[in-house]
Amino acid sequence: MELLGIFDATLTGSLLRFATPILLAALGGLICERAGVFNIGLEGLMLAGAFGAVVGSYFGGSALAGVAAAVLSGVALAALLALFAVRLRGNEIVVGIAINLLASGLTVYLLRSIFGVKGAFQDPALVGLSTLRLPGIDGLPLLGPLLSGHTSVVYVALLLTVGVQVLLFRHVIGLRLRGVGEHAEAAMTLGVDVGRLRTAAILVSGALCGLAGAQLSLGNVTLFVENMSAGRGWIAVVAVMFGRAHPLGVFAACLLFGLTESLGFRLQGLQLPSQLTESLPYVVTLASLFVFRSRTSRG
Amino acid sequence: MSALRELLGDLRGPLLAVGAAVLVGGAFVLATGHNPLLAYGAMLTGDLFATLSRAAPIVGMGVATAIAFRAGFFNLGGEGQLVLGGLAAATVALALPEGGLFTVVLSIGAAAVVGGLWAASAAFFEFRFRVPLLVSTLLLNYPARLLASYLVNHQLRDVDSGLPQTERIADGVQLARWGGSGRLHAGILLVLIVVLVVAFAIARTRAGYRLRMTGLNRRFAQAGGVDLRRLGTSVMFTSGAVAGLVGAVQVLGVHHRFIDNSLTQPLWAWTGLMVALLSGSRPLGVLLAGLFFAAVQTGGFAMERVTEVPRELSRVLQALIILFVAAKDRFRLALARTRRAD
Repeated sequence: MELLGIFDATLTGSLLRFATPILLAALGGLICERAGVFNIGLEGLMLAGAFGAVVGSYFGGSALAGVAAAVLSGVALAALLALFAVRLRGNEIVVGIAINLLASGLTVYLLRSIFGVKGAFQDPALVGLSTLRLPGIDGLPLLGPLLSGHTSVVYVALLLTVGVQVLLFRHVIGLRLRGVGEHAEAAMTLGVDVGRLRTAAILVSGALCGLAGAQLSLGNVTLFVENMSAGRGWIAVVAVMFGRAHPLGVFAACLLFGLTESLGFRLQGLQLPSQLTESLPYVVTLASLFVFRSRTSRG
Repeated sequence: MSALRELLGDLRGPLLAVGAAVLVGGAFVLATGHNPLLAYGAMLTGDLFATLSRAAPIVGMGVATAIAFRAGFFNLGGEGQLVLGGLAAATVALALPEGGLFTVVLSIGAAAVVGGLWAASAAFFEFRFRVPLLVSTLLLNYPARLLASYLVNHQLRDVDSGLPQTERIADGVQLARWGGSGRLHAGILLVLIVVLVVAFAIARTRAGYRLRMTGLNRRFAQAGGVDLRRLGTSVMFTSGAVAGLVGAVQVLGVHHRFIDNSLTQPLWAWTGLMVALLSGSRPLGVLLAGLFFAAVQTGGFAMERVTEVPRELSRVLQALIILFVAAKDRFRLALARTRRAD
């Protein structure tokens, strides 16, 4: 009985909130994977987005400006990733690692030179994302807190999941993308510009990760903390493997990982040591990897 | 003569990458409203002792990563292995304060075993369950860090200090210090010995040959009789053991206790990884590149004291260098290929 008591409104209400950043980043990773690019820069792109969101919100005075700046930051860093990984044909894993480290150093550097602070930035002038109450659903038990009362980014993420599914399997762009991923030479002989499509996929993943970052720094909280992506980009990489690069599978994986994070959050309310509850998402992510062996082992 | 030419050829890529990063970094400093010439000028006035004591963990973590990279295995888990090693070293040192040198050896040994086992567990997941090392080693960092943080906040906490840290290690168990305002310690020498041993082992022993062959071509090595699972597990164990040893060096030689976040905050593991990438995972190259990155970091501190530019510029520069190195490698490969086609 006590165990079931954990599944209350706090838990269900935080599920989508925590799943969304991972989902958005994983959708980006999925698009890259389908185009034949193994993008392990998701973590850094998300972090850049989280920082960009705070800068945009602070100077633009609105959450929308924050979201716009987040997407721009994600795309800008992704452009660098694409330049080095696709145009200059660098090793995608080395480039991805470098992008993650660059994002981590750059955001700390900019945090200090723009806001003059170390560690974290919080200010009354920061405008967070407002939450939407869905009419008709809001009052329902369980479903109400689960589905209603989230930021617009959460709903956009859900729509984008459907959008990516349609784009991949019902649209010519998706067909070309999958063609490039499955057999680049064949796609090339059919006149598809492989490099351009891969660059586009990386840029889209930058935009999605930027959005993920905005949800982190303006949705779940309204502040920026150094390295606040905290491995979520890597969990998204696992979600892509776990979901076999299929939008619905990836969605399910992200819900699972979001659930572990909200479970950790919920357990913390029960006076359990925070270090133990915080490690829950990583442990479950690792465990998921060896329960469902990944089809593509690239290690 | 040809050896010299080869060395210069090997250095050309990294040097070009450094030059490109300095240019881009300078433009970036300019864009954030500072004078890049002043910033770089101040960076050059680093202090030698500070650089040496900073180089020890960087080079150590670089070699740890390089062992795995040379065999073609990813180890992004240096951070967790380092932290658990440091924690193990502190625990042993605190349990046997009377032991002197014996405790030091035991403490370093425990650190190496714990770091090694943590890394080997990722190898076990890879070979038993096909969990990619790239992801598993990275994800293992978080539970390791959180576990250490938990222990040092609870069971192992020095209740008198008010900080998340263990009690101070007995004087007899600390590594010897020689001058340089106490910044030169026996741990630096120990790391140097490890580099030389690893360099020798990779270049001149049978195990090193197997490791290199596996790194060059895994299937060829397997066809030649290399047991991939066994080699991979021992390579990962060795890699993690060196990382654990670095943790012990920092705890016994510098901090004299285990302090929460003290091994993760300076990003030793990640800087070491970058150094391994910059040097093409050759141990002596790691030594050179590690000294260079340590100098860049101490230069960053000097720069911050003199100018308004935050010292995190060194982190930006390091990451840019790795970006350019990644591209550079491919250029060279492409060149080699066209040459062969001729």
